[in-house]
Amino acid sequence: MSLTHQDVARIARLSRIAVTDAEIEAVGSQLNNILGLIEQMQAVNTDGIEPMAHPQDVSLRLREDAVTEPNRRDACQAVAPQVEKGLFLVPKVIE
Amino acid sequence: MINATLKQLSQQLTAGQVSAVELATAYLDRIDALNPALNVFITVDREKTLAEALAADARRAAGQAGLLTGVPIAHKDIFCQQGWKTSCGSKMLDNFISPYNAHVIEQCQAAGLVTLGRANMDEFAMGSSNENSFYGAVKNPWDVHAIPGGSSGGSAAAVAARLAPVATATDTGGSIRQPASHCGVTGIKPTYGVVSRFGMVAYASSLDQGGVMAQTAEDCALMLNVMAGFDERDSTSLERTREDYTRDLAQPLAGLRVGLPREYFADGLAGDVGRIIDNAVAELKKLGAEVVEVSLPNTQLSIPAYYVIAPAEASANLSRFDGVRYGHRADEYKDLVEMYEKSRAEGFGSEVKRRIMVGTYVLSHGYYDAYYIKAQKIRRLIANDFAAAFAGCDVILGPVAPTAAFNLGEKSGDPVQMYLSDIYTLSVNLAGLPAMSVPAGFADNGRPVGLQIIGNYFGEAKMLNVAHQFQQVTDWHSKAPAL
Repeated sequence: MSLTHQDVARIARLSRIAVTDAEIEAVGSQLNNILGLIEQMQAVNTDGIEPMAHPQDVSLRLREDAVTEPNRRDACQAVAPQVEKGLFLVPKVIE
Repeated sequence: MINATLKQLSQQLTAGQVSAVELATAYLDRIDALNPALNVFITVDREKTLAEALAADARRAAGQAGLLTGVPIAHKDIFCQQGWKTSCGSKMLDNFISPYNAHVIEQCQAAGLVTLGRANMDEFAMGSSNENSFYGAVKNPWDVHAIPGGSSGGSAAAVAARLAPVATATDTGGSIRQPASHCGVTGIKPTYGVVSRFGMVAYASSLDQGGVMAQTAEDCALMLNVMAGFDERDSTSLERTREDYTRDLAQPLAGLRVGLPREYFADGLAGDVGRIIDNAVAELKKLGAEVVEVSLPNTQLSIPAYYVIAPAEASANLSRFDGVRYGHRADEYKDLVEMYEKSRAEGFGSEVKRRIMVGTYVLSHGYYDAYYIKAQKIRRLIANDFAAAFAGCDVILGPVAPTAAFNLGEKSGDPVQMYLSDIYTLSVNLAGLPAMSVPAGFADNGRPVGLQIIGNYFGEAKMLNVAHQFQQVTDWHSKAPAL
């Protein structure tokens, strides 16, 4: 199986990464090489094997639903690209 | 002084033979002299470092010093540190001054360690050669034409070049052990969950684990005492009784059962590296260890399984870099989606983009079971292999990498070739086991080679014991490059 230009364009769009038409050939060929490597897995019989999501198979802890963080809005927004009156600014989403 | 171990520096500070400010100044001067050629540090800030050193001296004067108060340390640029640029080797975070501290940084500060600077790394910890850093590759201090290894290449090179006595690092698929091996330093990746990931920029969350590099196993044990421990802000941090990782260092090795996995000594292992590992095993035999052959039959499958699971988790983790709350934002865009797409295209390097796209693909509709679930099943097979092997041995030994450090540029054009060199390190992360790299000799081309020690879950003290005893009868760990 090999990714087409359309496949690569779709993956790039899902990834929210702009890929130019000039780059798409090279990106596609590298992705195909990697997928070829990954394909080795399909030769292995894994029937009846439980997928392993986490090394210790422990379930994640729950904590009390309590406020644990102080308000540090100004410090956190100091590294934001664009803020105004304590709000993060983005391009208009709804016309 | 520059060749002193952590243990020796601690003794000199305690005895009042040197102050934290004098120590920090000596290392900063050496960094000023050597960093332009080696590119080990992304950020050095003399003023901040000296302020920390002054505070450490004041703490000592007040009688409140701990064992490591005043000892200088380099931090991998992946650990968020308040007031310091935390770039993770990426243009995406080139403008990110962290507003908070990682748990590891908090622990180091509580111990009174003094930050020398922020060590270079492969972008977002993705790489085996350090060539993926936005700031350019670190040079191997033993040979500037060689890669230092990755992703913690700056940490390893800092310790090797004696620009720092100790450095924090992280290991997702070998990123502590492989650079430690290539630079001739001692590095430890603890059991998954032992060191908190809070404030450690996430790559592949079910594999990422913080650790440390230093000259000796004893120094690594001292540092692990500082870094390990429960932290409720990391949902995978393990609630365990505190351990003293130095407790077993002096134990004799008589009766130790050492497992050699036959798959780690098969085709693909360079002859000179194989001989070095054989010699190291022979040293341990002299110390009373018994050697048993074990098998890890699914070793080869660790590469495809890792290169599905890690990119899948990376694609999810790195979706947070959207140009809204922090990080790079493109200058011009016509709408929200274009802002995302351009910011990410400009902010990420090519390997990071590749892994995000691979991860996006394997998680996409219709492929999830064939790739991600399949990889998680193989992950189980690999963990089962280790469980079976550890039924017959106490530690597993082998090479860290198939060859000594390759040349800069040698594999950078071929991602798959680069991935294949991770063959001996990936399985450990998939299983969540602890492992080390310990200097064990030099390849035919003069570059260092490390011995990998793999422990069972929570077997850090046992591994450190083996490494320490090995270092009592060998001197590979005390060799330093001529600089």
